[in-house]
Amino acid sequence: MTALSDILSQGAQMSLVLGGAPLLTGFVRKVKARLLRRRGPPLLQPYRDLIRLMRKDVVLADNASWLFRVIPYLIFAGTWVAASLVPTFGNGLLFSWTADLIAIIALLGSARFFQALAGMDVGTAFGGIGSSREGMIASLAEPAMLITVFSVAMIAGSTQLSNVAEFMGSDAVGLRVSLGMAFVALTIVALAENARIPVDNPATHLELTMVHEAMVLEYSGRHLALIDLSSQLKLLLYVSLIACVFLPWGTATADAGAGRLAFGALLYFGKLTVLGFLLAVFETSIAKMRVFRIPEFLGAALMLALLATLLRFVSGSL
Amino acid sequence: MIAVALWSVAALLVLAPAGIVLSTHPRGSVILYGGCLIATSTLCVTALSDLLYFPHLTPSATLPIGLPWLGAHFRLDALSAFFLIVVNLGGAAASLFALGYGRHEDSPGRVLPFYPAYLAGMNVIVLANDAFSFLVAWEFMSLTSWAMVVSHHREAENVRAGYVYLLMASFGTLALLLAFGLLASGAGYDFDAIRASHPSAALSGAVMILVLLGAGSKAGLVPLHAWLPLAHPAAPSHVSGLMSGVMTKVAVYGFVRIVFDLLPEPVWWWSMVMLLVGGPSATLGVLYALMQRDIKRVLAYSTIENIGIIFTGLGLALAFKAEGLDWVAALAFTAAMLHVFNHALFKSLLFFGAGAVLGATGERDMEKLGGLIHRMPKTAFALLVGCVAISALPPFNGFVSEWLTFQAILLSPQLPSWGLKLVIPAVGGLLALAAAFAAACFVKLYGISFLGRPRSDVAASAHETDHFSLTAMLVLAALCLVAGILPGLFIDALAPVSKDMVGSMMPHQVGLQWLTIVPIAESRSSYNGLLVFLFAALCGTAAATAIHRFASDRLRRAPAWDCGYPDPNPAIQYSASSFSQPIRRVFGSVVFAAREIGEMPPPSSPAPARLQVEVHDLIWDVLYAPIAKLIGFATDRINILQFLTIRRYLTLVFVALVVLLLVVAL
Repeated sequence: MTALSDILSQGAQMSLVLGGAPLLTGFVRKVKARLLRRRGPPLLQPYRDLIRLMRKDVVLADNASWLFRVIPYLIFAGTWVAASLVPTFGNGLLFSWTADLIAIIALLGSARFFQALAGMDVGTAFGGIGSSREGMIASLAEPAMLITVFSVAMIAGSTQLSNVAEFMGSDAVGLRVSLGMAFVALTIVALAENARIPVDNPATHLELTMVHEAMVLEYSGRHLALIDLSSQLKLLLYVSLIACVFLPWGTATADAGAGRLAFGALLYFGKLTVLGFLLAVFETSIAKMRVFRIPEFLGAALMLALLATLLRFVSGSL
Repeated sequence: MIAVALWSVAALLVLAPAGIVLSTHPRGSVILYGGCLIATSTLCVTALSDLLYFPHLTPSATLPIGLPWLGAHFRLDALSAFFLIVVNLGGAAASLFALGYGRHEDSPGRVLPFYPAYLAGMNVIVLANDAFSFLVAWEFMSLTSWAMVVSHHREAENVRAGYVYLLMASFGTLALLLAFGLLASGAGYDFDAIRASHPSAALSGAVMILVLLGAGSKAGLVPLHAWLPLAHPAAPSHVSGLMSGVMTKVAVYGFVRIVFDLLPEPVWWWSMVMLLVGGPSATLGVLYALMQRDIKRVLAYSTIENIGIIFTGLGLALAFKAEGLDWVAALAFTAAMLHVFNHALFKSLLFFGAGAVLGATGERDMEKLGGLIHRMPKTAFALLVGCVAISALPPFNGFVSEWLTFQAILLSPQLPSWGLKLVIPAVGGLLALAAAFAAACFVKLYGISFLGRPRSDVAASAHETDHFSLTAMLVLAALCLVAGILPGLFIDALAPVSKDMVGSMMPHQVGLQWLTIVPIAESRSSYNGLLVFLFAALCGTAAATAIHRFASDRLRRAPAWDCGYPDPNPAIQYSASSFSQPIRRVFGSVVFAAREIGEMPPPSSPAPARLQVEVHDLIWDVLYAPIAKLIGFATDRINILQFLTIRRYLTLVFVALVVLLLVVAL
């Protein structure tokens, strides 16, 4: 492949995740609404919301600092870079060697770090509540994610996502207990990190139960649009990550032609639909937890991930 | 090379007595800190050129001081050169910071004479090539820093800190003394002779444990950390920065010098001990840090975390070396050394920032700060960089060294020993926990003290700090970024150190495409800080440009919304204790025996309701309190001996003499 097509496919991947993220959110919302026998907003509603927010003035709290205004861009940049590093329709993209899975987690960590700071900048009680709870959730979710990555990386012999996906798609992987545990752990982490039910309610505006919304309460206009877009990107990232590691079939290899890439894109679209549907079903069938039940939920993920890693240390084939 | 280094150390030693005179002079502190800045910069440049251009030369020198038949031996090899860079980079930054900060000192006579002596002591430790010089310099370092810890002796807290510090420092030196005693029993005090001797496995094991106790107590490993969070905050801020950022690294140097260099081939259980100490240190240190509300105490506890990470890396290096996997050992060792360097950068930066806040407001308690980003924008910016870097977030330097440590952990299933196979995943989990806690901890530190609304009048009327202090902080912040985006340069500079200590080095990094770092093979893992940074900067700028070009760029200021219930009282904001409440509730009951006691007055009573939080340091309660009690009990009993009559004293002496004679006779 020439450098030009490298850049083109990387660019296509980046635009795909950016453009597709609101659609995934809209799809999950629509399915949830249908499951609850509501008609729900149209699929394209998230795009309309974003455009509407972009057009509005920003109303900035009096004592907001420069950091408050920069943070939406930092969060967006961190999340978008992380999302562009996860293979979607094709492996071996141009920047795939720039950062591995651990770095992707850390990039998301940077975004969260700044988001928590934003919650505390204006100096309101709700911002603090959100940041503090986010700190607790992250302090369990992030290690669980990291240890899950350990177990997956040790099975695949690489922390490089393209290589992991390639290995998972090959016959060498077989059926492993540790992979099953890692899958459950990663799913729990994905729910927690994306502020989904049962950890947080993405639709809530009930002050005392919210985490993510409490942190971004003071944002408006284009800033809010960027933050919303970032959280949609993050959801897409986690869904793609699960798809890439655990459902690697059909992803185009590094040297594939245009036809294979298109087929990969089609399959990727299908995987997103299935996983988004499952997410909606899960969210409608479970209730939100109390805040201090979350550690138990995430603790289960942590334990599963540790067990998976330990199994890998003890036996090569489990 | 070594001559330049020794002359610079001599200059520092001359500055020390000059400090007594200078402390009465109005511009004395400027002259003294200026002198220290020149001397440490010279040392730093010397060591850097030695490490980069002559890493295989090991010049040595012998001076006719010290013990009459021994003299003082000095040697400058790659390891010494690297640690000289760490010590003197921190020293130069602290001196630059102190050029501004030191002027506010009320009693300069209590700090000025000790400061250059302290720097000289640390330099001599790193240069020493015999046990006598090493130990004398070690004790010199401990005592001069102790003097500065108690420099503000009117606060009872500082006196207690000094007392505990002195006790623990003596304990550490005693352990090192015993270790050298065992080593020297067959060879003498000269390091070259010790290297050539072949102590037995049992003897080496005993030495290793003693060194872990001695150097570990100075570095602040759990459970020997008790003095550190007391002593580091008590000193003036530039000294705190040195103690936390640099002196703990000298302790790491002592450990590496003895265990990796002087002792023969390691045995696998050594690494087990280190991992079992390092992993818990990392997690516990940062959990303690999360519970604090005093900025400098948070930073001191976080040092314990970082030392834990460094010792974990060293432990992994020992494990791989013991099993003959030298190239992985080089990876783990390089990760540890890189973290040594990184931590020196960002911890100094953070302590200087805390000093700037202290100078501007007179407060170390976060719950009395807030909103400083408006009053001290430049300090706030520098400190933000420090907070992101220490939380191990890309594209800054802390991430690179943690990433390398994780890569080493991922290679450890290759180790044959079953004990290690069970311990290493657990340690990996602890490090992952520590990384997540660290982020929460520094969100808290920064968010409570710099963001939000001012919680007190001093915070509302704070002012930006002076130019010298700002320069020191901004230089360190810039170094944090450079080390984060060009890690390959630093890894390559460490190659000779790793070659000397573990017998192998990481693959050459500079020259790989786009300055990517690839610790093992590209198919395994790679990271490119430069591209991540550029990529993120590009995405952020593109988003900003696009939005301001095509969407609304209008902005209005209005009162905060706060769900419609804005309250002008700044006390409604989350405080440091409330921020950590969820984590305290999840982990605190186990780790700290934390309890929340709510006092509700009966209905109709006008008394206020109170919520009290009790947090215990269990290690203090379980380990130190019983020892203190035992010693108290024993001294009470022995106290009788002070009040004997002369006849009884004579009898006592006589009986003692007889017993001694019997012992000799038998």
